[in-house]
Formats: sequence, C-alpha cells, structure tokens
Amino acid sequence: MSERQTEILLADGSVIADDWVWLRLPESAEPQKKSAGKVVLFRLTGDSAAPAEVVAGVAIPASGRVLLPLTIWLARKDELAPRLAAGEIGVWLDSFEEPQALVDSLADINTLPVIGLNFPRFIDGRAFSVAFLLRNRYGYRGQLRALGDVLRDQLFFLRRVGFDAYAVRADLDIRAAAASLADFPEVYQSSTDQPLPLFRRA
Amino acid sequence: MYRYNDYDRAIVKARVAQFRDQTRRFFAGELSEDEFRPLRLQNGLYIQRHAPMLRIAIPYGLLSSEQLRMLAHIARTHDRDYGHFSTRQNIQYNWIPLEQVPEVLEKLSSVDMHGIQTSGNCIRNITSDPYAGIALDEIVDPRPWCEILRQWSTFHPEFAFLPRKFKIAINGAEHDRAVVRCHDIGLEVYRNAAGELVLRVFAGGGMGRTPIIGSVIRDNLPWQHMLTYCEAVLRVYNRYGRRDNSYKARIKILVKALGAEEFARQVDAEWEHFKDGPGTLTQAELARVAAHFTAPAYDAAAGGESELAARAAAERPFERWLSRNVRAHRQPGYRAVVLSLKPTGKPPGDVDSDTMDAIADLADRYSFGELRVTHEQNLVLADVRADQLYALWGELRKLGLATPNIGLLTDIVCCPGGDFCSLANAKSIPIAQAIQERFDDLDYLYDLGELELNISGCMNSCGHHHVGHIGVLGVDKSGSEWYQISIGGAQGNDTSLGEVIGPSFAAEQVPDVVEHLIDTYVDNRQPEERFLDVVRRLGVEPFKSRVYANVAGAKRAKEVEHV
Repeated sequence: MSERQTEILLADGSVIADDWVWLRLPESAEPQKKSAGKVVLFRLTGDSAAPAEVVAGVAIPASGRVLLPLTIWLARKDELAPRLAAGEIGVWLDSFEEPQALVDSLADINTLPVIGLNFPRFIDGRAFSVAFLLRNRYGYRGQLRALGDVLRDQLFFLRRVGFDAYAVRADLDIRAAAASLADFPEVYQSSTDQPLPLFRRA
Repeated sequence: MYRYNDYDRAIVKARVAQFRDQTRRFFAGELSEDEFRPLRLQNGLYIQRHAPMLRIAIPYGLLSSEQLRMLAHIARTHDRDYGHFSTRQNIQYNWIPLEQVPEVLEKLSSVDMHGIQTSGNCIRNITSDPYAGIALDEIVDPRPWCEILRQWSTFHPEFAFLPRKFKIAINGAEHDRAVVRCHDIGLEVYRNAAGELVLRVFAGGGMGRTPIIGSVIRDNLPWQHMLTYCEAVLRVYNRYGRRDNSYKARIKILVKALGAEEFARQVDAEWEHFKDGPGTLTQAELARVAAHFTAPAYDAAAGGESELAARAAAERPFERWLSRNVRAHRQPGYRAVVLSLKPTGKPPGDVDSDTMDAIADLADRYSFGELRVTHEQNLVLADVRADQLYALWGELRKLGLATPNIGLLTDIVCCPGGDFCSLANAKSIPIAQAIQERFDDLDYLYDLGELELNISGCMNSCGHHHVGHIGVLGVDKSGSEWYQISIGGAQGNDTSLGEVIGPSFAAEQVPDVVEHLIDTYVDNRQPEERFLDVVRRLGVEPFKSRVYANVAGAKRAKEVEHV
C-alpha cells in the first residue's frame, strides 16, 4: 500500500509539490500494539509484529523517493544501501515505535533526508515527544514530517517540537491550515523551535 | 496575586481568536464532531445534559473581586444566573449556548481569565492550598511555584495530547491541604536539613475508577529543577502511558505497572539528558513571580482581640461561626474567613450572580479585593481584620454565607451529578440536600465534630468520595440509581482511601445509612476521637453490621448488586 503525497506544508507556511512515496505495510499485517495486553508489556512498543514473510514480500517501488516503514527498513536495509546513498530512502515510525531502533540502524541518523512520524489518530500525542527526542537527543537535522491524521489545530505544536513538514490530511485545505502555524504570538516553554524559555528571554 | 503582563495577555487573546475560528469551522462543517471535541475540551467546554458546560480556570483558586464580578456578569448575561465552584477550585457554568462561548471567553480575557486546559487530555489547572501565604504552618508559599507551573504547562507543545488528563497540586505547608497524594503529580515544597528549598515529588496518585495514593519518586529535589523534572515525568508518561483503554490511561496505572521505583528510574534516565539545561529555573524568575505574592498592606495596629472574645461570649451564634468558619492567620490581628457555600437547601458550591457581586464587594471592603476558592467548594476571604469580623459576620448572614458548618457533616463536598453532568450514573445534589435536612440540628453537628462527607455521582470521583470520612458514590445498576457507601477515607498528611461497607442503597435510604454510621460512632467514641479516628481504630465491621441490620431494603439492593 503506498500513497503519493502530492503537496506538503512546510514550517515557513509554503506549500510545495512532494515526490516522496509513503509506503505502508499491508493492512492485515499492521504491527500489534502490545500495550493492549498485559501492562508489563509497555516497553515492547517497538516490536516487529509484522511477520517476516510479509516484510520480505512488500514491493518497494524500484525508483524514486520512498518513505519506508521502520520494520521494512530494519529488515531490508542491506539491499537498500545503494538507494539510501542516492538519497532516495526515508523512514517513518508509527506512534508506538522506538526512535532508538532507527538510530541504532544507521551509522549517522542524518544520512536519512526524511523521517516521518505517523499520527494514527490526531489525539495520539506520542509523536510530539518522539519528534522532540529526534531533534534534541539524537541530533536529527533532516526533514521531520508529520504523517497521518494531521489536522490544522496541531500545526502550532508540531512546528514547535521540531516537525518541519506536514502532510496535512488530504481532505483539508492545506493552504488555509497554514495560518495555524502562527496561532500564538509568544510561548512560555522551551522546545525545539525556541531553546530558551520565556523567563530567560524576556 | 499574579497580574498578567503583556506576554500573558497576548497569549490569552490569541487563544480567544483561535477558539472563535475553531467554533466557526465547526459550524461551517470544516471540523467534525470528533475533531472539535478535544479542541473545545481544552477550552473547558463539555457537551452536557442541557447545554455545553463551560469550566473557567481559577489558577490555584485565587480570584480578584474584579474577576468575580465578571463571573457574575457572565452568569447573569449568558447563563441562568449562577455558577458552580468545583472541587478543582474552578467555576463551571451549565447553560451557556455554544455560539456564545467565544464571546464569553473574550469577556473573560478582559480580566485575565480563560478556560484553557480546564478539560481534555492535557495538564489541567494547578491546584494548591487555599490558605497559602497566611497559614501558620506554612513552610514555603506555594503560589509562586503554582504560577511558574501554570505558565510552563500552558500550551506546552509536547503535552497537549496526553493519554489522559493530568493534574498537578502543590503544597508548601506542614499539613497538606491540596491533596497532593491523590494527584498525577503532587509537589511538596519544603526546606531540607541544610535549609535549602527543595521539592518532594509524588507521582501516580489519583481518584477515579482506580483510586491510588501517589508514590514518592523523588525527594530533596533542588527547586531549580522543578520544571525539568516535571518535563521528564510527562515525557515518560506521554510515551508509555496506555492509550488503548481510557480507564487505564492515567499515569497512576503506568506507575503501578512499572512499580514506583522503576518509574522513577526511567524518569531519572530521561531527566539526566537535560537536567541543567535552559529549563532550569533561575533565582531571577522565582523572584519576579514571587513579587506578585507579597503580603498586602496589613495594619500593624489591627487588633480588637478582647472585644472579639467578649462578643463571642455574649453571642453563641457568633461564637460558633468564629469557631468553625474563621481561621488563624500568621499576621497578628487578622483572620481568614470561610464563606460557607453549603447552607441547607442549596446545591453545594453554587452561587448566584447577585451574591457573587456582593461577595466581590465584601472582598474589596474586608480583604484587599481578593478571595480564594477551596477544593471543598467554599470561598475564603483571606485577610480580614479581627476587629471587623463581627461586622463581616452580620453581612455574611444576610447573604446566607455564614452557615457555621465548615468541616462538619453538612459541609458536604458534592459534584453536580446526574442533574447536570452527562457522565454521572446518579444524582448527587438531592442526596446532599437530604443529608443536610436530616442533620439540621447545629448542636448535634457540633457534638459530632469534624466529619467530611463527599458525594460523587460517578466513578470519575469529582466529589472526591474516596477521601471522604464518609464517601457516597452513585452507581448505575440496570438503569436505576444506587449509592455505594465507603468510610475511613481522608485527605491530608495521612491520606487514606475509604473502604466500601457493602452493597449499595437506594437514594432514599442514604440519610438512614449516614445516621446509623453516625450512631455507631457516637456509641463507640472515646473523648476527643473524631469519626475518622473511630473507623481507623475499630475498622469497618461495627459500622457495617449496624447499617445492614437496620436499614430496610438493603437486602433488596444486594440482589441487584453485581459490581
């Protein structure tokens, strides 16, 4: 299952054509969210639950820029090495997946031109923390893209934690949504966009 | 109290504009019901039985007379002439039409008020001690810490879509009056052996469906780290708190599942990365905020103690009011006065708009134009001259605000319940009224002494029934309303959770049940023992057997019991 995002919103409010193909696992093989089971399994959020044969069998477009699920990237990164070198490979994480797994799979996280973070539902706010960590803990400087249920009223927060590209949900007016990147004139806390809290600036 | 600067004001104004546009998009069909819900919730707007319920933040319970007048204006102009003070020190309106909410928020912003983060899965209004700054047992004034946290948590970009709501309370006194052990994060500010200002951090406490007393995850934390440490707690929770089941999504479930020690370890590991970073608080910032909470211009000549004693000796009702509704003050010649919002026959916590205006005038004339909201749903005039108490008492009596029942059985803490709230399983206000009517003999109430009775209309526990000496919980069984009774709960330093005495009762039985609980206490008490002490000494059994032996129909209730 793949989807071409035709347009994408950037942090400066511009809307540009986009040529990345967002590749997803087949619906039936969506990784299981282990947190639904026993509470002791909280930490198992990064588990690869898609069967190996499914991961091996997913057809990756032979050319062009592709945003791959973490599980596919981890299983097949050797075969993808030349395309990574050519700048054609990005990786996206679902909301329950661990950024550490991605970081560990590369000598340098900045080899990736794009990392995507998925919002399965907009009320699932885990990716806000993951984005913050990618920017501030792991030093990622490439494009950080919000995917999935990306709505206008998240944009201000998305920009602050370090997302700089927003695949605004296709049924929404992406140009009108851009206005919400600037919903507030001032902020109290430090985050990726503003490393100093207001009390150290004002 | 804290006064907004240009930054604060600009942020709140931007919020009003944002919400106005969100409401417009909702009515234009650009936002679905599901998409609008979290947005309106983060402005305190619920859809309730009759109309949207709008909850306005009263940061850590502090209110100016000017703000109270605006609250009165809104009740009069946009609602049905009253508001309800809640157990989270906020105020709620029940009848404001959705279309008018942007206008109401606009008006509120003119007095530096808002509904920001009063609901939804985000960091809620910070709560604290209503006697902050004046209590005799205060170690550190918690208000600057509350305000610093308020600013930090307002529109925190990372924590606007948490697994579930998140409540922080702060206490700075020897006696905890902020229920810090029953909050997602509870903070105690104190001085360590070296005299340094430090924090004790409780996490994972809460009421609701699964009541849990919070665990200490950090002690002796230098104050400079308050925000960064909270950030670490929130980040661990945001990433690993459950999102598959809203009943198990509060931080208390995560802390319990991991164990407090392991949770603390994960928080520390996270915190280590940025603990001395720019989020570290500075002395300059603490001083800037603390400057808003200096003592008012007390009159060193205020006194009148001997006249007060003489009046009290001469007038029994005045003496009673002094003993129950007036609190000691650290400033000689001053007292704190509790305005009881619990007269028999009125829903606990409700105030009509004319009375709000009158209270605002009293605040101006008697207490430097400020007042506080308690989590027991009463109001406090914190700085009243002792020599003006008698005059104030006379005015409060005329307004029906001098019921001398603070801390007594009829000072019932009660959520709005099934009459208003769409979450409720059962009504709670009529139960409160029936109990108040049953126990309307003041002499008897005084004899019973300190007794906290809390009523929640559902498991969400807005009435804090888990920590009531007597707790009443509305439950729904096969479509009818029943009430589960627990005893032995308590707030404060020795917080405990009440124990359920047995099968539920019908509404009309509840006053009988309470009466038998009280009788058991009276028969078994030793001198100076409170109801709570007797429950702790004897356990639930004698109370339980007496109630079930005497209350007719309890058996019938048992037949439908299945929880």
